[in-house]
Amino acid sequence: MHPALQGLVTIVVGVGGCVGYFYLSNFLLDRFLLPARAYSAEESAARRRTGTIIVFLLPALLIAALYIAYFGLDGIFTSTGLFWLAIVLALIFGLWRLRDYVYGEGELTAGRNISHANMIRPWLFLLPAILALGLYLTYPVFETLRLSVTQRNFSTGSYDFVGLQNYAQMMDEPKFWEAMRNNMLWLIVVPALSTGFGLLVAQLTDRISWGNIAKMFIFMPMAISFVGASVIWKLVYDARPEGQGQIGILNALWVNLGGDPQNWLTLPFWNNFFLMAVLIWIQTGFAMVILSAALRGIPEETVEAAIVDGAGPFQIFFKIKVPQIVPTIVVVWTTITLVVLKVFDIVFAMTNGQWGTQVLANYMYSKLFTANDWGVGSASAMVIMLLVTPILVWNVRNARREMK
Amino acid sequence: MAGLKLTDVGKAYGEVEVLKHINLDIDAGELIVFVGPSGCGKSTLLRMIAGLEKITSGTLEIDGRVVNDVPPAQREIAMVFQSYALYPHMTVYDNMTFALKLAKMPKNEIDAAVRKAADILQLTPYLDRLPKALSGGQRQRVAIGRCIVRDPKVFLFDEPLSNLDAALRVATRLEIAQLKESMPDRTMIYVTHDQVEAMTLASRIVVLANKGISQVGTPLELYETPQNEFVAQFIGSPAMNLFPGEVIGTGEHTTVRLAGNHGTIVSAYPTRPEDMGAAVNVGVRPEDLHLTDDTENSYKATVDVQENLGEVTLLFFIPDSEGADPVIAKLPGIHRGLKGERLNLSAKPDKVHIFRDGISLLYRQD
Repeated sequence: MHPALQGLVTIVVGVGGCVGYFYLSNFLLDRFLLPARAYSAEESAARRRTGTIIVFLLPALLIAALYIAYFGLDGIFTSTGLFWLAIVLALIFGLWRLRDYVYGEGELTAGRNISHANMIRPWLFLLPAILALGLYLTYPVFETLRLSVTQRNFSTGSYDFVGLQNYAQMMDEPKFWEAMRNNMLWLIVVPALSTGFGLLVAQLTDRISWGNIAKMFIFMPMAISFVGASVIWKLVYDARPEGQGQIGILNALWVNLGGDPQNWLTLPFWNNFFLMAVLIWIQTGFAMVILSAALRGIPEETVEAAIVDGAGPFQIFFKIKVPQIVPTIVVVWTTITLVVLKVFDIVFAMTNGQWGTQVLANYMYSKLFTANDWGVGSASAMVIMLLVTPILVWNVRNARREMK
Repeated sequence: MAGLKLTDVGKAYGEVEVLKHINLDIDAGELIVFVGPSGCGKSTLLRMIAGLEKITSGTLEIDGRVVNDVPPAQREIAMVFQSYALYPHMTVYDNMTFALKLAKMPKNEIDAAVRKAADILQLTPYLDRLPKALSGGQRQRVAIGRCIVRDPKVFLFDEPLSNLDAALRVATRLEIAQLKESMPDRTMIYVTHDQVEAMTLASRIVVLANKGISQVGTPLELYETPQNEFVAQFIGSPAMNLFPGEVIGTGEHTTVRLAGNHGTIVSAYPTRPEDMGAAVNVGVRPEDLHLTDDTENSYKATVDVQENLGEVTLLFFIPDSEGADPVIAKLPGIHRGLKGERLNLSAKPDKVHIFRDGISLLYRQD
């Protein structure tokens, strides 16, 4: 099948599935489980009996059967067996409570049914998302944590618990500290410059007629993948031996100004900044769009009041406008910080961490998939997560406060 | 001190003219109120005086100096905005000192000015608060305080009370009146669409309509001798009744026969013999109409709706012609059971206005 057609089919199936799920959950909830009508005591007792079978007994038996089929009767008393037994029991208990919640005793009013249906509905809608996120996000966190404290034994294929040994090994590696140092550099430079440039562009393009076109061009890099951007910038930094025509624009300019062609990406220390330029180029558009909206949200009268009070353009910008959008600036800054902490593609595609440009995510990748050292790789993944979490929490809180 | 002089001032946005030929002399120490229906350009005119809108034609002088191209901060004006426009990220104290700090005033002088203004406006306990922690009335006072500390020659108010609730509006109106009294040599220009504010505050009212000035005068001048039908109906509530009619008697007093067989009415407006038979509109305020036994010179009509307010009784006479406003009579006290009655109403001749082609006969040019 043609890939485009495949994509189309995926979209149709995906969207159709979502709509179908939405329709089906409403249908089940409002027709069978909790119809919007009153039931007498006898009716509800009869419904409770059939309901017990459908909502509780059948799923519970199914779950129990699956468990037995997977672990067998002897498998129960292993550590994983007991762990899963607890989960199975919790599920069965949950089904029992669900039956009680849906099929009440005695006389039931229509209002009670409607309000109970509306309590269940959001959870029903969220269920696929919760399952998918649990599988793809929550489970890997715990699995990574487990891997980071184990050592794979290649001869037996088992994982042995080694405590913090992986972490200790990582701490002893200079490459890890280089990655930490570079990440800190990225963390300071990229969010600051992206937000700063974004704010500058947002303000400068606010009142000019071709401002929207300028914004469009500055926003465009957002649509380019990190690897694509890296390829573009690799060409910008490209170096040819002296005497040959320079195809990299930076060297072309440099040579024109009388310099010798430079291998920009191998210049120790400074090459980090050449890599950062790529991310700044991408993220400025993002910062600009959000900050531009924030600037437009500032009450015009406060600006006019400042004009009457005698403030000049710079004072209006720094003393009236910027302080009013500080919450938005913080959200933009922290959002870019999160991107920076996870930066991988750019470094991987441009230098692969050579010449002193290693960063944590690329370090993790090289440990996990090049050196096949799952223990240390997972340990570095945990370090990244540890660094990201507080900023993430702060970011979510700020964003929530913004929305109020 | 500081008077203002507007000479042939106009404002156009491209092809669209919003104001033209505004000529106005404002003496120092006056409290001028701009009123007019929404969209008449009263706020635009104020913003032109403030320097927030460019003046497209004519000249504006403040204190004898042409300020068309002078930036707002150097016009020695201060402005209270409709939404107060307090800086949300600054405390009350910082809001009030912002302009003074920009002007590089010494710190102790700034502090003294703010303390004094805060004292007058009873804001002293709130100086450390942010605007969001203040009530509407307090925010309003901070906005006024921000103007006072700068000690400007001209205060500009852009509908400052429209965001307050009714009770607070009355109280703040009184405060502004007192503030004006405490600064007799400061000029104030006040924009509102509320005629009660205009009548109570103004030393002179400027009524704006149709891109220009309809009439300038003291509140009672506008009430007693309106220049045209627009001003007559704009000032006063309920609005002045207008009866179409025909002049049937001229001289010192004028007699007009009301159209629609409603009788005749006598006005103290003088007319000339050649006015005989002219089509005019007679204007009588609802409160000037009273019941009479005079069947000859009176307005005769049947009451369609009666509203008893206790203090006054409002009678509505719905005219036969479609689309015309009902005639309203406002009788003092309680009158029971007038609905459906055919009544004779008249007014004192000096309360009866006559308009020809929309212009009052008192102000006729020919």
